Amino acid sequence: MAKNTQYTKTNGYRVSQKTPWGHPVVYLLSVILVAICTVPVLYIIIGGFRTNSQITNNPSGFPNPWVIDNYINVAQSDTFWVELKNSLIVAVFTMLGVVVLGIMVSYVIARYKFKYAPLMYSLFSAGLMFPMTVGITPLYLMIRNLGLSNSLAGIILPQIAFGLPQTIIILVPFLQSIPNELEEAALLDGCSRLGFFWRMVIPLAMPGVATVGILQFVGSWNGYMLPLFVLSSSDNYTLPLGVSMFSSEHSVDTAAVLAFTSLAMLPALICFTIFQKKIVGGLTGAVKG
Amino acid sequence: MTSAIQAEAARPRSAKKEKKPSSGKLQRNLEILVLAAPAIIVFVGFVILPLILGFYYGFYRWKGFGMPSETGEFAGIDNYITAFKDPTFQAAIGHTFIVVVGSLVIQAPIAILFALLLNQKFKGRGLVRTLIFVPYVISEVIVGTGWSLLLQKTGAVNELLSYIGIDGPDWLADPKIAMITLLVIISWKYIGFAVILMLAGMQSIPEELYEAAKVDGAGFWQMQWSITLPLLAPTLRIWVFLSMIGSLQLFDLVNIIWGSYISETAGVSTMATYMVRNGRDSGNYGYGSAVAIIIFIISLVVALVYQKFVLNRDLEGALTEEKQAKKRAAKRAKEAQRLAASEVK
Repeated sequence: MAKNTQYTKTNGYRVSQKTPWGHPVVYLLSVILVAICTVPVLYIIIGGFRTNSQITNNPSGFPNPWVIDNYINVAQSDTFWVELKNSLIVAVFTMLGVVVLGIMVSYVIARYKFKYAPLMYSLFSAGLMFPMTVGITPLYLMIRNLGLSNSLAGIILPQIAFGLPQTIIILVPFLQSIPNELEEAALLDGCSRLGFFWRMVIPLAMPGVATVGILQFVGSWNGYMLPLFVLSSSDNYTLPLGVSMFSSEHSVDTAAVLAFTSLAMLPALICFTIFQKKIVGGLTGAVKG
Repeated sequence: MTSAIQAEAARPRSAKKEKKPSSGKLQRNLEILVLAAPAIIVFVGFVILPLILGFYYGFYRWKGFGMPSETGEFAGIDNYITAFKDPTFQAAIGHTFIVVVGSLVIQAPIAILFALLLNQKFKGRGLVRTLIFVPYVISEVIVGTGWSLLLQKTGAVNELLSYIGIDGPDWLADPKIAMITLLVIISWKYIGFAVILMLAGMQSIPEELYEAAKVDGAGFWQMQWSITLPLLAPTLRIWVFLSMIGSLQLFDLVNIIWGSYISETAGVSTMATYMVRNGRDSGNYGYGSAVAIIIFIISLVVALVYQKFVLNRDLEGALTEEKQAKKRAAKRAKEAQRLAASEVK
């Protein structure tokens, strides 16, 4: 046994160098991995540039010639824009609701010392274990009884509720890490606890809030089961529901389905490209506690 | 009252600034109420209450209108008995557990290997990391639509296979293959998440361990086996937990690709697709609720058993206080050092 392996935390001593080029095998494997992950997505996007006869005759080929008609048709149809608008409304309000309710309750759990705080934390984090599927049938009945069926509010409210656990798991440690000295100083200067919350906590928590908000936005954007239950008229469809309806209605028009599908995933992809650090960091952070 | 005692204890300090400490206490409680109540009401109302209602509905034969006690027929545990006796539901439970186990068996080794790959420092690593996360970010509906087109009998995948002389099967409809197809699609969708998670786990392993091992003459694979894998265990255990919970609820992909009817003949129906098909789609809300409760209880049992026997040290942090988690982290770090010290000779 090596007794001399006593480690001290000396993170600073390593001098950062320029990232080296990797071994060819590393690149080979990376290319394979990336290909596996992206080719089916590219197939959808590129397939949208083909005609149906091209797709039937040569399913795996490239567009020859490239046609943009499918995309133009989708972009000119009301269906797509109505569904895009619905998806946006649902995602934005879900995000706002989760963020506002989440930060308020997280602040209480994180910084008010009272005996029910751990209980509240357990209540919410237990919710993390049960995604919506389990409660969907009675949840739908409840939404209907509240008169919210076939309305966007009927999706937004449950999504806020089911988004809270993840939000609280991310935000509570974040708020706990705000130094106590800051709060004491603020209180000394005559700031109330609520004033401290409003003026200090919210600005300081912005990075965490952004992470949470983006995760909720993407989650809502991709949601399928709840809209499937709640929304019954096509005016209210969100994009995922719209995609599934479109593909069953136009099952012979594969090219149109591909174009519709690509345009529907575009916003999520753009959102991900811009905020990928936050999304990845948020997800791994939420899991690691 | 304990609060009175606390207020008493707090008096000497706060007496200087506040004339009436009890009013400060009251205000504090009011703040707690105002800040916490909205979230708790929404959470209890839309997460907890439906579960309780589902439990109640599950005892009735009921079409979903009015109150079950008036418009429904009390059935006791008949719904539960019917469900468990139904071969289609038994099959669905079977399929679900194949998905639970299959996802773990397929994804874990691949995710660890690819995380090891991405844990190397090389130019372009960031780009690779971004791109492998793409399938995770796009919705199940789009993944399902895309793959069901790719995997048609006369689709792109089979055409590519025909170039190398393989007569591709009917990936989606053939009951012998459909489950494997489903597992491949699930793995494709969620592998990026697994890789990123493992990668985060690997990057929290102190580099000193590897340096020391190198000094002691350990090779690359020996180091991964003796340092990375044992220290990755907590991450792996949490990932297994998340993956299992997700698999138990699987609905979107199956419903999009197969639809609730064909999924049964193709042998990929899940507990959730069964619930939707026999509950809401057929208007039997009492029965659907009973099935929901069964799924809930199965998930709960799996979660609790797993927590008790596997996760006990790791996940507590998520369910108890932060402080304990910090203590545990410190302990884990110590454990890691000890482990490393004993592994590296």
